[in-house]
Amino acid sequence: MMINFAALEVGKHFYWHIGKLEVHGQVLIVTWIVMAVLVILSSLATRSLQRVPGGLQNFMEYALEFVQDVAKTAIGEREYRPWLPFVGTFFLFILVSNWLGALIPWKLIVLPEGELAAPTSDINTTVALALLVSGLYFWAGISKKGLGYFAKYVQPTPILLPINILEDFTKPLSLSFRLFGNILADELVVGVLVFLVPVFVPLPMMALGLFAGSIQALIFATLAATYIGEALEGHGEEEHGH
Amino acid sequence: MNPTVAAASVIAASLAVGLASLGPGLGQGNAASRAVEGIARQPEADGKIRGTLLLSLAFMEALTIYGLVVALVLLFANPFAG
Repeated sequence: MMINFAALEVGKHFYWHIGKLEVHGQVLIVTWIVMAVLVILSSLATRSLQRVPGGLQNFMEYALEFVQDVAKTAIGEREYRPWLPFVGTFFLFILVSNWLGALIPWKLIVLPEGELAAPTSDINTTVALALLVSGLYFWAGISKKGLGYFAKYVQPTPILLPINILEDFTKPLSLSFRLFGNILADELVVGVLVFLVPVFVPLPMMALGLFAGSIQALIFATLAATYIGEALEGHGEEEHGH
Repeated sequence: MNPTVAAASVIAASLAVGLASLGPGLGQGNAASRAVEGIARQPEADGKIRGTLLLSLAFMEALTIYGLVVALVLLFANPFAG
């Protein structure tokens, strides 16, 4: 029996009905796998901590330092610490989901409808992530400056008010579409190439997909940190002179 | 699907990707050429320049991707299919 390697299924989903809700089951399955991979890796790495790290602990410390660096450059030395877990979770979750989506031959697992793929190639996942970022930078600004946070909307001149408000809508829009489009585009390109020539030819594209997946994870984390940093700094702080 | 709508959607999808890749293509070429220039002048700043270049290339790439998302919506989730 021939396995159909090259079926392109966009817009078909494996629906689960939970109460009145319809959810995309194939996305949830892979999301849980991603979370399981992250949790198992971190618990394995921190099970027996050594003074001189080796192996997995060393690797995880490298990942932590990398994320720390991202958060530090975007938010600033003084305030990055409370936001580090959030930015780091974003980076690791998106990275692992992009890579698992590209590395594991999901097509071998046949679902009744739809197919397993990277969770980030579903718009609902990326919109949820982007809205989390939106909510969080509002919370960051308001918890730091109270209602004074909203003064930034009229900050240079009140004429810019509509543009400043519009920005709050374009931020999650561009965040979610960038991630979704890149990952889906990679999967589609690989899918089309596999459809045309099933062996060897798609390999460079797959490698490019892995690279793009890690860059997109880095960009999402950097932008999330930058937005939070923007909300924390704002114009209010310049008066103190630092 | 109405054949006129189908034909228009296919043309619109191809135009969306094609036109959306014009600007970012120019921008990416510009950025890459300046980065090469920078590396030629200061080979020791190689790593930093490459990092910044990759990040900004990805931002430009995102603009094309927006066009691609529009094209994908037209092809696979057409709101006018009716």
